Amino acid sequence: MSTMNPAMTREGEMADENRAQEQVEAPAETIIEEGTTVGRPFSDDPKFKLRNVEVFYGQDRAIKNISLDIGRNEVIAFIGPSGCGKSTFLRCLNRMNDSIDICKVKGSLALDDQNIYDSKRDVVELRARVGMVFQKPNPFPKSIYDNVAYGPRIHGLANRKSELDDIVENSLRKAGLWNEVKDRLDATATGMSGGQQQRLCIARAIAVSPEVILMDEPCSALDPIATARVEELISEMSESYTIVIVTHSMQQAARVSNRTAYFHLGHLVEVNETNKVFTSPEHDLTESYITGRFG
Amino acid sequence: MTDQKTQAELVRRSLKVRYRKERRFRAYGILAIGIALSALIVLFADIIGKGYTGFTKTTITMDVEMDGEMMFLDDATDEQQLKMADFVEPLVQAMIKQIPGADEDDRDKVRGLLNPYASNELKNLLKANPDWLGETHTITVLAHTDVDVYVKHAGDAAYSIKLSDEQQRWVDGLLESGVVDTSFNDVFFSSGDSRDPSRAGILGAIVGSLLTMFVTLVLSFPIGVAAAIYLEEFAPQNKFTDFIEVNINNLAAVPSIIFGLLGLAVFINLFGMPRSVPVVGGLVLTLMTLPTIIISSRAAIKSVPPSIREAAEGIGASKMQVVLHHVLPLAMPGMLTGSIIGMAQALGETAPLLLIGMVAFIVDVPEGFLDSATVLPVQVFLWAGSPELAFIERASAAIMVLLAFLISMNALAVWLRKRLELRW
Repeated sequence: MSTMNPAMTREGEMADENRAQEQVEAPAETIIEEGTTVGRPFSDDPKFKLRNVEVFYGQDRAIKNISLDIGRNEVIAFIGPSGCGKSTFLRCLNRMNDSIDICKVKGSLALDDQNIYDSKRDVVELRARVGMVFQKPNPFPKSIYDNVAYGPRIHGLANRKSELDDIVENSLRKAGLWNEVKDRLDATATGMSGGQQQRLCIARAIAVSPEVILMDEPCSALDPIATARVEELISEMSESYTIVIVTHSMQQAARVSNRTAYFHLGHLVEVNETNKVFTSPEHDLTESYITGRFG
Repeated sequence: MTDQKTQAELVRRSLKVRYRKERRFRAYGILAIGIALSALIVLFADIIGKGYTGFTKTTITMDVEMDGEMMFLDDATDEQQLKMADFVEPLVQAMIKQIPGADEDDRDKVRGLLNPYASNELKNLLKANPDWLGETHTITVLAHTDVDVYVKHAGDAAYSIKLSDEQQRWVDGLLESGVVDTSFNDVFFSSGDSRDPSRAGILGAIVGSLLTMFVTLVLSFPIGVAAAIYLEEFAPQNKFTDFIEVNINNLAAVPSIIFGLLGLAVFINLFGMPRSVPVVGGLVLTLMTLPTIIISSRAAIKSVPPSIREAAEGIGASKMQVVLHHVLPLAMPGMLTGSIIGMAQALGETAPLLLIGMVAFIVDVPEGFLDSATVLPVQVFLWAGSPELAFIERASAAIMVLLAFLISMNALAVWLRKRLELRW
C-alpha cells in the first residue's frame, strides 16, 4: 500500500499531461475550414442527399455546415471523437431529434429527392422507411414475437396472423436469431443476452422492411463474439439495405463499411473509401485520429 | 521512503476517523428507527388496549315466556296489536326469575339491566315467528350499556359504574350462572351510529367511506392520469405549463380543510348539491387527491426509460402509440401505487368532510351516493368527542378498523408494484 499510492498519483499526473497535449495537438477551429470536406463526399446514386446541414441545440451549433451523399445500398460508417456530432447527424436522417425541443435542423436533407424536414412530411412514414438500431439494446419488455411483430402491426403490414408469423420468422432469420429463439417466441425479450437483444432490435427494425437502417454504435454494449455476429449481419444486410453506422471502433468501421466519414467538433472533415481512409488519410486530423493520437 | 511512510500513516489515521464517523452515523439511524418503532408500538398498544373491548358485546340469555295476556297480544300477525303490545314485561319477568332474591318490587332495577332496545328485539322475533305466542323460548338480548361497562371495566377508575350495588351483585350472579355473557360484537359491524353505545356500529361509516372512495377513485384516477400524460408527453414547454406545474405542486401542500371550504362554497352553495352526501365528499376528496395522483403519475411516466420511447419512435410509432403501447403499461405500477396511496390519504381525511356536513349524526346505513352518510374517520371523531365513556372503546375499535383498511390498501399498493413491475 505504502509504495502504491505515490506511484498512482504520478501516473494520474501523466495522464493529465497527456490530455493537455491532446488539446494542443487538435486545435480544430484553426485547421478546419467550415463547409469543406476532403475526399469523396458525394455519390452518383444517392439515397440521402444532405446539403449544408446545420443543427443547433439552443445556441450551440452542434453540426456545422455539412454536405454529404449516402449512396444506395452502401454501408457508410461515421467515426470521430466523442461529442463530434456524428450521432446528432445520424438522428437527423429519421428525425429522431424532433422530440428534443431545443434542437433545430437547418439545410436541405432529402431521402430519394424528397425533403425529410418538409412540414408536410409524415414522420411516421419516414421512420417506417428509415429504421434505427440504438446503442443500448432496447427491446420492449414484451415477448420476442411481439417485439418483432410490433412494427408490422402498427403499420398494418399483415392482414392475417399467418402473414405476421411469416414476417416475424423472416426478420428473425435475417437477423440470424431464428434458430436460437424459434422455440421460445413467447419468452420475454428482456431475458435474452445482450447480443441476442441487439440482434432482436435489428430484426425489429427489419420487420417493417425499411430502405435504410441507421445504427448508433450498435456494438458498444456487446462482447467481441456478439459484436462479430452483428458485424456479420451488417455485411449480409448491405445487399438489400442502405446502412449508416456510427461507431467508436475503427476496426469495425474498417470491417463493415464501404465508405467512412470522419467527424470532428461538428465538422465533416473527410469522407472516402474506407480502405483509403485507414491507409492513406488525406486530412491531418483524420490521420491523427486513426493513429490514436487523440480521441 | 520516509515520505511514503508518513503518507500511509496519514491515510490510516484518516481511515480511523472515517470509520468512527460511519459508526456514529449508523447509530443515529438506528436510534431514529428505534424511536419511530417505539412510538408506533405505544400507539398500537394504546389503541388496541383501549379498543379491543369494543369488539365484544354483553348479552343476556334467558327463557322468556311469551304470555299473550301479559303482553296484551292475542294475534302476533296483527300489526295494530303488535304496536300496542307490551314486550318489556315478559323480559322483565324472565329476568326476575333468573335473579335470586329479586321480586316484583325490584322490576325497575331489573329493567335497568336490559337494553332499551331489547323489547324491540323481542317484538321482531315474534313478528317473524307469530306461533311463538304463548310458548316459552330461550332468547338472547342485548344488556344495558351500564351492564356492558360494568362487565368490561369493573375496577377501572377511568370508567364510572352507574349500576347500584344491588344491581352489581345481581350482574355478578348472572355472570356466574351464564345468563349474562360476552360475545363477539356483531352489532358493531352490522348497524349505523346510535346514541346508545352498545347499539352503535360502524357499518354506516364503512359504507359511507366506500361510497365516497368510489366517487373519489372514479373521478381522480382518470383525471389525474390524463393530466399527467398530457403534461408529461404532449404539453409544450412554456410559461403556461410551468405555471400549471408549480400550481399542482402547491395544491399538494394545501391544508385539506381548504378543500372542504371550497367544496362547501362551490358544490353546495353554488351548485346546490345536498349536504353530507358521498357524492360531494367524493368530489372534495378528488380535488384533494388529484395533485398527489398527478405528481406520482408524472414521476412514473418520467421513470420510463427513454430507450423504450426511442425504440418505439424508431419503428415509426406515432406519439399516441408510443404512449398507449409502451409508456402507459410501464408507468402503470407507479401510477397505481401513487393512486392507492392518494386514496389511502383520502380515506383517512376528516377535516374537509366536516365542512360539507358529513359530520351529521346518521343512524341509517346509506344506500346510495345521495344518501346522508358519514365516513370512518369522522365517526371516530364523533365518538372520541362523546361524553359517554362507552363510546371511547368504540372509537378505538373504529380506529382499528380504519387502520386495517389503510394497511390493506398500502399492502395492495406494494403487492401491485411487485406484481406489475417489469425489469429491463
